[in-house]
Amino acid sequence: MTSKNIKNEMLLEAKGLYKTYTQTSGFFVRKQRTIKALNNVSLSIKKGETLAIVGESGSGKSTLARCLLQLLSLDEGELFFKGKNLNTLKIEDKKHLKRHIQMVFQDPYASLNPRMKIGEILEEGLLIHGLGNKTSRDKKIRDMIKKVGLSVSDLTKYPHQFSGGQRQRIGIARALIVEPELVICDEPVSALDVSIQAQILLLLKDLQKELGLSYLFISHDLRVVRHMADHIVVMHQGKIVEQGSTKSIYEKPKANYTRELLNAIPGNHFKFKVS
Amino acid sequence: MKKILEVKHLKVSPINDPRKILVGDVSFDLYPGRTTCIVGESGSGKSLTALSIMKLLSSQLKQTGDISFEGQNISKLTNTEMPHYRGKSMAMIFQEPMTSLNPVISIGDQIKEALSVHLDLDKKHLNKKVAFLLKEVGITEDRASSYPDELSGGQRQRIMIAMSIACEPSILIADEPTTALDVTVQSQILKLLSSLKERRQMAMLFITHDFGVVEEIADDVIVMYQGQIVEKGNVKDVLKKPKHAYTKALLQCVPDAKGIKKLKPIQHRAFI
Repeated sequence: MTSKNIKNEMLLEAKGLYKTYTQTSGFFVRKQRTIKALNNVSLSIKKGETLAIVGESGSGKSTLARCLLQLLSLDEGELFFKGKNLNTLKIEDKKHLKRHIQMVFQDPYASLNPRMKIGEILEEGLLIHGLGNKTSRDKKIRDMIKKVGLSVSDLTKYPHQFSGGQRQRIGIARALIVEPELVICDEPVSALDVSIQAQILLLLKDLQKELGLSYLFISHDLRVVRHMADHIVVMHQGKIVEQGSTKSIYEKPKANYTRELLNAIPGNHFKFKVS
Repeated sequence: MKKILEVKHLKVSPINDPRKILVGDVSFDLYPGRTTCIVGESGSGKSLTALSIMKLLSSQLKQTGDISFEGQNISKLTNTEMPHYRGKSMAMIFQEPMTSLNPVISIGDQIKEALSVHLDLDKKHLNKKVAFLLKEVGITEDRASSYPDELSGGQRQRIMIAMSIACEPSILIADEPTTALDVTVQSQILKLLSSLKERRQMAMLFITHDFGVVEEIADDVIVMYQGQIVEKGNVKDVLKKPKHAYTKALLQCVPDAKGIKKLKPIQHRAFI
């Protein structure tokens, strides 16, 4: 699998990631406990595809997202983005590469600055990365806000004037405006209503088709994942217990834990044997 | 079957804007041992309906219509008479267990507090009852001295359930009790609620926006849209053969884990 052609298709590759947290407890007698949030995690995302990470809370999915975004430092392991090793890059080059990995957050209420207008929120990323001049930035912002289904007049409003679904659209616009290649979506619809959820999922799919994006989609809702993902990684207590294509995971789950997860989906009567 | 709760022509509107109708003409009955689910989007009035049964609405909202509990009209009761019913006849569980629990009181003491509102028990019996309730919701007795922050989300919701069933209510109202929880924990809590309902022959009013949960737990379903009931009936009928256009549209939004079903968001036009 090391031939050059296959490597070129890879957008992001992670090899043997480790991350531990230490927890101190006790007031007089300090006790230390280490939690392995990531324990030998390896995965890869190809261009234009969606990789979903599923698992219950505490399984390390969000830690993984933060490590891939370089918001948290890794204890061990290597990250390759388009074949370049992120560990050995200079800070300047890293900043340039970071533009290509963006994130959409779970809580649309907490992730937008309440004191900034939507136009400013969208412009900020362009300014940080020094993209374009004033007129080209304006045009980009107008195009982007229309692309996510809002109107140009919304640019002068503040976040509190929008509903949850609209705010998530703004979050998506903010991520996409710097033209990333990989978007990490950390539970993007779990705070939303079913009908709004369907809108956002369809929007994400349409944008993927239009812009050729890759998604790393983190979710604990296996119904949503079935709809979005091409490949799935199942995590449990920091370890990958199973990975494969969406079809194979849903129809022939191998790991016990995956079967438990599938059996737990409400309303769908998967009856996999759990030993 | 004997009705335990009868809601007739319930209406909720703001006091300073009576023409705005938040809940309009809602009528339904609850029966012992049966679970009724209210489904709808946010803003459909499902939580307001539940709160008006408990008479917990904000003072800025006015409710009209009749609510009868075991044949007795409770809708005209005052704020001093209502606590006699709350907790004892009907109890409620909320969405976010952490905000409903007091962070500085141990969970054992909080359950005791719920018990001593209606029951006059001595210390020995209280402790016994707490141990029994914890066992009933699947938590070991020795956790009684723990504080809410030492528990996981699922355990906290179990404590809320223990508190709500403490005085053996005949109606349990659950307002999205599993929305903040994981799939695996969610399925455990749903199983727990079902078995408690079965064992104690309670009537359960379960509020959710998730049709998967409805399929799992409901006997009867009420679909609400913009403050009105658009469809109600047996769970099988509503899910398999929805009659109202809105119910159909809402069912189209729910992703399915078995095969690829085409998602279709609700087109916002009036369904009523």
